[in-house]
Amino acid sequence: MMDLALVEGGTADIIVDWITAICMVGGALMSVAAGIGLVRFPDLFSRMHAATKPQVLGLFLLLMAVALQIRAWSAVPVLLLAWLFQLLTAPVTAHMVGRAAYRTKHLKQETLVLDDLNEVVTEAQRRLDESR
Amino acid sequence: MTLLIAAWISGIALAIGAVLSLIRLARGPSILDRTIALDVLLVIIMCGLCLDMVVNRHLNHVVFIVVGCLVAFIGSVTIARYVTDRRNP
Repeated sequence: MMDLALVEGGTADIIVDWITAICMVGGALMSVAAGIGLVRFPDLFSRMHAATKPQVLGLFLLLMAVALQIRAWSAVPVLLLAWLFQLLTAPVTAHMVGRAAYRTKHLKQETLVLDDLNEVVTEAQRRLDESR
Repeated sequence: MTLLIAAWISGIALAIGAVLSLIRLARGPSILDRTIALDVLLVIIMCGLCLDMVVNRHLNHVVFIVVGCLVAFIGSVTIARYVTDRRNP
């Protein structure tokens, strides 16, 4: 099976090429989705929702395509490391940006269905006023 | 051949995504919108480098992809940290 994969133009080679092609096109379509979401969505939180698509799934699919074409186990740890860094940093970034957006009131109240944080903030403010 | 056609399709798709995020970068009403658009733009550039690695079968850009993740993280968190509300301080 390994020998078959290494032969240029063998059946396994064609199958791997097709899987690579699907991964590549899928990953690239994620970035189109993010671009359309960034332009079309009305406020910051929904834009953040659209922006995380290429960051996690799009990059994963493209790194998978790289791994499928390189076909060496030595390449897998560093590709995995790149994806893991992205997976670790994307939620923290989203949290910090969302927090800053909420605090600076960059949100449209009419697009929110439920605002749980507002209750917590008013409760904390009330306690602070009582303690004074 | 399959790979080349797929690479062209994905390249065009990445270009469309980059242009759309540049539009948001130029128009974005607040600095946080621009931060998110820049983040997406950097990820699209990283995806383009992946595409180059797939087509030419090398691993030269992997270091940039790892470093790019960290730079995007530091940049966005720094901007988000120092955003203040100037309307009611």
